[in-house]
Amino acid sequence: MIISVASGKGGTGKTTVATNLALSMDRTVQFLDCDVEEPNAHIFLKPQIEQRKSVGIPVPEVNEEKCTHCGKCQEICAFNAIAVIKNKVLIFPELCHGCGGCSLLCPEKAIREVDKEIGIIQIGKVGPIEFINGKLNVGEAMSPPLIRTVKKSIANGKIAIIDAPPGTSCPVIESIKNSDFCILVTESTPFGLNDLILAVEVVKKLEIPFGVIINRFDIGDDKVDLYCKENEIPILMLIPFDMEIASLYSRGIPMVQEKKEYTTKFLDMFKLIENLRQQKAKEK
Amino acid sequence: MKQMVVISGKGGTGKTVLTASFAAMTKNAVIADCDVDAADLYILLHPEVKERHNFSGGKTAVVNMDKCSQCAKCIEVCRFNAIRKNGKGVIIDPISCEGCAVCFYVCPEGAIRMEENLSGEWFISDTKYGPFVHAKLGVASENSGKLVTIVRQSAKLIAEKENREMIIIDGPPGIGCPVISSITGTDAVLVVTEPTLSGVHDMVRVIELAGHFKIRTFVVINKYDLNTEMTEKIEDYCQKNGIDLAGKIMYDVRVTKAIVNRKIVVECSDGEITQQIKSVWEVLQNELK
Repeated sequence: MIISVASGKGGTGKTTVATNLALSMDRTVQFLDCDVEEPNAHIFLKPQIEQRKSVGIPVPEVNEEKCTHCGKCQEICAFNAIAVIKNKVLIFPELCHGCGGCSLLCPEKAIREVDKEIGIIQIGKVGPIEFINGKLNVGEAMSPPLIRTVKKSIANGKIAIIDAPPGTSCPVIESIKNSDFCILVTESTPFGLNDLILAVEVVKKLEIPFGVIINRFDIGDDKVDLYCKENEIPILMLIPFDMEIASLYSRGIPMVQEKKEYTTKFLDMFKLIENLRQQKAKEK
Repeated sequence: MKQMVVISGKGGTGKTVLTASFAAMTKNAVIADCDVDAADLYILLHPEVKERHNFSGGKTAVVNMDKCSQCAKCIEVCRFNAIRKNGKGVIIDPISCEGCAVCFYVCPEGAIRMEENLSGEWFISDTKYGPFVHAKLGVASENSGKLVTIVRQSAKLIAEKENREMIIIDGPPGIGCPVISSITGTDAVLVVTEPTLSGVHDMVRVIELAGHFKIRTFVVINKYDLNTEMTEKIEDYCQKNGIDLAGKIMYDVRVTKAIVNRKIVVECSDGEITQQIKSVWEVLQNELK
């Protein structure tokens, strides 16, 4: 089963939920940090990294001897990554999506693809948790190919917990796609509600069953709660604002380590998620 | 005219609250919300929308089943696993499709066409703080970087036309495509961080990003009193790396209360926190003159 943890708004507690859920589980789980732009889960889980692999995407390289500057590659590139000027082909690798169109369609066979590193993935262990994260190189724009590589580690039959990036666009879609359940973490403010509504639209479009965690529920208003009730969205957990939790977070200490009562809360939530999934399956 | 963008790496450190506060303290700026994925600034600025524009962020491949001969050439060339076969023909998953059109070019039957996506909207609005350009990316859409570029171009045109001194940009979290589009060509980046290990980790990565594009960088430590030891570490880091510290802002529950009332904190209180935000804004204004 794949459980992803997402949110429209950043800083609502995705990593807190994902890491503490993983640490509360009474069995082996895989943990995948798909927030490759700003991965933070390792700060809390402190895994022993055993393997590092470079991840690249194929980008074009032009053989100027064969090139006739016909301009076909520029014409077909949907991402403006190629410009043909006078007697030169300019390539902008940061814009390339690695679709392979230019090398496939070049009439002179003058383009070959070379690998360009966009980041790394790191694989390790901490207790019964198999840890995998991706780290995008600074200056690289394209995170989805790296997220896809991180997700290749997902093994059948295991429980995989995915820590997704904030937002609602491509990196988020790539991270939560094919999940069996998505936990949306929000906070009880107009910002939290606005971005929760967007995130709900995304998970609905992807047809992923989901529920909501309201973090710091007691320092805002009750509109998130009302929205969830009106739309029959299950509330999986309420986490209060707590100086102790904030302080543990600031030092990279998972809350379940110091506040044992949360282990049970996260385990109960996992059971609730399993029940919700079974219900959904029956409905189908 | 100067352009300043507020970013953070990590989400939820206070970008939008600070951007709105600066907007409230300045008279002659254009404000732009470039966090098009999760645009929240409008909640505090109460814009009156003057212009609406559709945004088309790319194309998606669509199959004409009558023409498809099921040769599966498209499946072979698609790098994004967006195409699969079913009994009757091929099916393209619009969410996985990147719009590269390689399938369209190789299909021997001419059975694939590329359709324009409606991927969102962008707006030019009036607010009591000045003109405001903002956007809404469509659900599960791509190309947020392109939408960011459109928002910035529009803000720049308005600033030039109305002779405004500054464009204040609310940036997205992360370091990827929409962030790069938000910061390239600006005069300064303000990194909002918080004294947590995650905040610091992410701050270092955005500072590197700004350095990569050679943009002048300032740091502000928000909620600095939540962990003073970590705050000192951030100050040390800034000093060692030649980054200007624009100031420190305390944790104050009034910030959340102001958001709940859809108000900007500096307009609700004249307390210590407002003074701290004012002082950050003065530093930035002086440095950017």
